[in-house]
Amino acid sequence: MDIIVCLKQVVDLQQIRIKRETREPVLEGAPFVFGQFEKNALEEAVRLKEKHGGKIIALALGNAKLKDLILEALAMGADEAVILTDAAFAGGGSASTAQILAAAIRRIGKFDLILMGEGSADNYSGQAIGRVAELLDVPQITYVRELAVEGNRIRATRDLEDALEVVEAELPAVVSATSELNTPRLPPLTAILKASKKPIATWTPADLGLNTNQFGANAAQVKTLSNLAPEQERKQVLFEGDAASAVDELVKALGKEGVL
Amino acid sequence: MTQILVFSEQDSVAFELLSKARELGAASVAVMGASVGAKASDYFAFGGQKVFVGEDARLADFHADMYADALAQIADASGAQTVLIGSTKRGKELAGRVAQRLNCGAVTDAIGLELAAGKPPLQAQRYALGGNTVATDVITSARQVIAVMPRTFEASRTGGTGETVRIELKLREPRVKIVERKQKAAAVANIESALTLVVVGRGFSKQQDLALANELAKALQAEVGCTRTIAADLHWLGEERMVGISGKKCKPRLMLSIGVSGQIQHTVGILGSKVIVAINKDKAAPIFKIADYGIVGDLYQVVPKLIERIGKR
Repeated sequence: MDIIVCLKQVVDLQQIRIKRETREPVLEGAPFVFGQFEKNALEEAVRLKEKHGGKIIALALGNAKLKDLILEALAMGADEAVILTDAAFAGGGSASTAQILAAAIRRIGKFDLILMGEGSADNYSGQAIGRVAELLDVPQITYVRELAVEGNRIRATRDLEDALEVVEAELPAVVSATSELNTPRLPPLTAILKASKKPIATWTPADLGLNTNQFGANAAQVKTLSNLAPEQERKQVLFEGDAASAVDELVKALGKEGVL
Repeated sequence: MTQILVFSEQDSVAFELLSKARELGAASVAVMGASVGAKASDYFAFGGQKVFVGEDARLADFHADMYADALAQIADASGAQTVLIGSTKRGKELAGRVAQRLNCGAVTDAIGLELAAGKPPLQAQRYALGGNTVATDVITSARQVIAVMPRTFEASRTGGTGETVRIELKLREPRVKIVERKQKAAAVANIESALTLVVVGRGFSKQQDLALANELAKALQAEVGCTRTIAADLHWLGEERMVGISGKKCKPRLMLSIGVSGQIQHTVGILGSKVIVAINKDKAAPIFKIADYGIVGDLYQVVPKLIERIGKR
């Protein structure tokens, strides 16, 4: 079976600093990673391939640094990669992302299953899955924590607020992974070394045949007026030393705050 | 006046959104299902001027593609510029799909909604960069889809009557079949409205040890919440107790975070707390950065002392 796993390069959110004076996020210097849910999606693809055979294409969107990061996906078990790193792809938000991914998927051609994360690590807006599924006119099965394929049918357990829902559909379909789906493997060194020998294609906007108003800044339908850290005036008083006296000081402080 | 169409598969959330929508413009509501019965009239009480009813046997189960198709048809018929959806998991997956169908921009998981200087377009607040920041967005396309987190607004009755409009939907057959639904245990914990909250993380080394947290919670008359790992991966506690970007957002007066490292995806759920206390043995844990008070120490020593000390008060 042919599986496409969609990946988004994001800055490592644990490494973002906030400027104290302006509350602005500082992204410069933060390393790039794939989101956790996307690693679950990729891991599931690898497990399906181990069972049923086939091919896995990692389809990733990001900047020039993606050339290095994509090796991680190839080391985890993707057979080949398509990376979309052109600066013109950036700045369009979910609608643009969906157009770019859908066009790239059409260019890849044959697929049985598209796997994504339940939301990106940075914005977690969860729009790409529905938008891509709509553009490709295939059903979407979201928030999946168990997945099985039998012949041309997929069976998935969805994790919703009030229930676990077991659903079936015919392939092709778009599926989004939760972190409960599996534990992504840490590739061994040999796999990392082999990864750089796997094919990586870099596609440009021209390769995708999109109009310039369908992607990137021209296609942005959401404008962000401001993006600041919430005002946090936390005291950050630390009590160290022996447990008994630390607890005493804490209880005293909470009493003063009037919250006990 | 902006025409706003509200939809949520959860009535209580639809009521919240209607209560806000009637402040912002002319509010109507979409009701969909195999048979919606007399339900339509409930919405007038919350300020819906029109109730658009889309009845079709193919809408018996919620499938995002079917509901997006139906909601787009109702949005077209209603003439609404803005579609407000409850940002539940189902609502959120619907939002992207219906926005694509309406060829418009969307914001999901909104935590605030306002008209700047009383004029459109609507400004929506949402968490960004994994919860590090709050972004204020406007959608610049002719129509807008905004999915709003449940319990962002208060539902309030206004009385009144309205018009029921039936929409003839053209739908295809569902392509996804639900073969089984296992209801989760009803959420008994209400961590979102707790005044005091004890939140546990991976610093607890085994499930039985959570008894410590329960004992502390009892002494403080608190609820117990947890990180995603504790609920979703380890199943030590139910998911209704999960705090964070994919769980609940809590605003207690006092939050005690125990054995929680403080990853941003979790801490976004506790930022609304008045006072945050962290107990963690790792002095470098990020949780201390957002805490008012912290004890650097082994929770297995600190928590029993704390229980004892609070018991004496």
